Amino acid sequence: MDMATLAQVLDSTLRLATPLLFACLAGLISERAGIFDIGLEGKILAAAFLAAAIAFVSGNVWLGVLAGIAISVCMSLIHGVASITFRGNQLISGVAINFLAAGLTVVIAQNWFRQGGRTPSLTGDARMAQIDLPFAEALADVPVIGPIYNIFSGHALLVYLAFLCVPATWFLLFRTRFGLRLRAVGENPAAVDTAGVSVIGLRFGAVAICGVLCGLAGAYLSTGLSAGFVKDMSAGRGYIALAAMIFAKWRPWHAMGAVLLFGLLEAVANRFQSIEIMGLALPIQVMQALPYILTVVILAGFVGRAIPPRAGGSPYVKEH
Amino acid sequence: MTSLKTLTLSVSALALGTGIAAADPALIFDLGGKFDKSFNEAAYNGAERWKAETGGDYRDIEMQSAAQRVQFARRMAESGANPIVVMGFQNAPTLEEVAPDYPDTSFVLIDAVADLPNVRSVIFAEHEGSYLVGMLAAMASESNTISFVGGMEIPLIAAFACGYAQGAKAVNPDMEVIVNYTGNTPDAWNDPVRGGEIARGQVSQGSDVVFAAAGGTGLGVLQAAADAGVYSIGVDSNQNYLHPGSVLTSMLKLVDEAVYTAFTDGPGLEAGVVTMNLAAGGVGYALDEHNADLITAEMQAAVEAAREAIIAGETVVHDYRTDSTCPAF
Repeated sequence: MDMATLAQVLDSTLRLATPLLFACLAGLISERAGIFDIGLEGKILAAAFLAAAIAFVSGNVWLGVLAGIAISVCMSLIHGVASITFRGNQLISGVAINFLAAGLTVVIAQNWFRQGGRTPSLTGDARMAQIDLPFAEALADVPVIGPIYNIFSGHALLVYLAFLCVPATWFLLFRTRFGLRLRAVGENPAAVDTAGVSVIGLRFGAVAICGVLCGLAGAYLSTGLSAGFVKDMSAGRGYIALAAMIFAKWRPWHAMGAVLLFGLLEAVANRFQSIEIMGLALPIQVMQALPYILTVVILAGFVGRAIPPRAGGSPYVKEH
Repeated sequence: MTSLKTLTLSVSALALGTGIAAADPALIFDLGGKFDKSFNEAAYNGAERWKAETGGDYRDIEMQSAAQRVQFARRMAESGANPIVVMGFQNAPTLEEVAPDYPDTSFVLIDAVADLPNVRSVIFAEHEGSYLVGMLAAMASESNTISFVGGMEIPLIAAFACGYAQGAKAVNPDMEVIVNYTGNTPDAWNDPVRGGEIARGQVSQGSDVVFAAAGGTGLGVLQAAADAGVYSIGVDSNQNYLHPGSVLTSMLKLVDEAVYTAFTDGPGLEAGVVTMNLAAGGVGYALDEHNADLITAEMQAAVEAAREAIIAGETVVHDYRTDSTCPAF
């Protein structure tokens, strides 16, 4: 693999990892608070649709991003009401969110735009612009440093935001009082309740943050990575993000590593039809299945144990 | 018991009622969806044309998952619709299961063959149409590298790729043809993000004409090509208008014609295999006001000559589906 190919693959990796990173951190925060969320996929899809729709109508991509976040938070709150307030099954509520998004996006898009469940193509300011880092042009010809610097240059703002979210999430979870309580509520909500802190409030806070991050993931998909919404365009990224979260064992920095690995696998799969490793031709299908295989390996306990937050999946019932 | 009896009676009466009411033709769309700007939309346009010209009415239904194939075909047949046009190569087993149970209903299968007395199978010579656009791509390319983005890696899509490569190499034997497929699940037809990334990768490898045969994914490919300032080629329907000046042409597959003919023939239409090839006008390339400036007179003359040669049998385009190999790779 020559330098230019490598640079192209890594460039593509950053773009493909961005929606996964947002979604992975979203799931991480929600699950750390004890709320399983397999509705990531649905929230990404809903956000992708509304972001593209509003960006098209207003001609301003940032209004679209805000709308995407808003719809995603709404869906998170539905999940919250069902599984926190009414103590419903979190998995079932999450699945319902996915179905709701898959159906509603297409129906509403058809009703608004009459283009068969898609939004019109976005142009100009309705699309997320690429940001060239300073000196990217000047450094392009410098050996080694130039190509590396250029991998990081020329992405949409949300790509940089996604990677800034990693230390932010780490800081929030491990260096703030809110984070300590949030983690406690996922491990032992009764103790948090005894300390006089609202379990319900904390969990709603967590799902709301989850909604914001999923909204960013969806908005980036439809306005940054492509130019418009197409039905089912999330294409399983919400599930890959869940896999990455388990792979990272619910830790922010590891989550970044996991999504970069999964993004790299996707980028490599996109670039080559088969990979030769030590004389062995690996078909592309292996690369595409690898994220799931790795997750199963981790879950099966071959590489250390993946232990989810102890109170995950169970609604909190106050003792009398 | 009484209530159950009433229910059974009313249900059968209802079924009978719809049976009498609808001798209308029906159209069952495949998973890409009615408005995929491509394969299914072409069928929809054919049906709409029939509706506008005859004033008749037709029923249609969109599949949401592969599990509904048999169910939907059966439901349409039960409702008395006739003939029933079923879209998509994956429906061959569907009709093999359903059609024998409704011997008086005519079925039309688009894109695959089901050998049954009441099924007309319409197949297209995609390799011939792709050959022509491959020639155009090779003539438009300045880097001597062109590329192809397929949806799922299946023989049908491989036939597009193979015909494309043969056409390109007929113009220039040294032409480099990069081929990528989007995936192995039906998601591959609806992933414009991945399509765009694949196209970017191909452009970085020097490709300056990208041919997409990938349903909704293709929209991402055409967008990425337009962003990168290279040419792209659309598929099935005429997609020239999507990015005027960037879409070089579209490989047309006259699915609308097949549906229109089926509806016009009506119940009891002739069964058997219908091959929509270049000679029958079933495939071709799109030329309209959006790409008039991109296709020069020489390019058009060369392609027209090739078309005649294929129709006359002087040029034989190899069909990947016959032996799963491609001489151009």
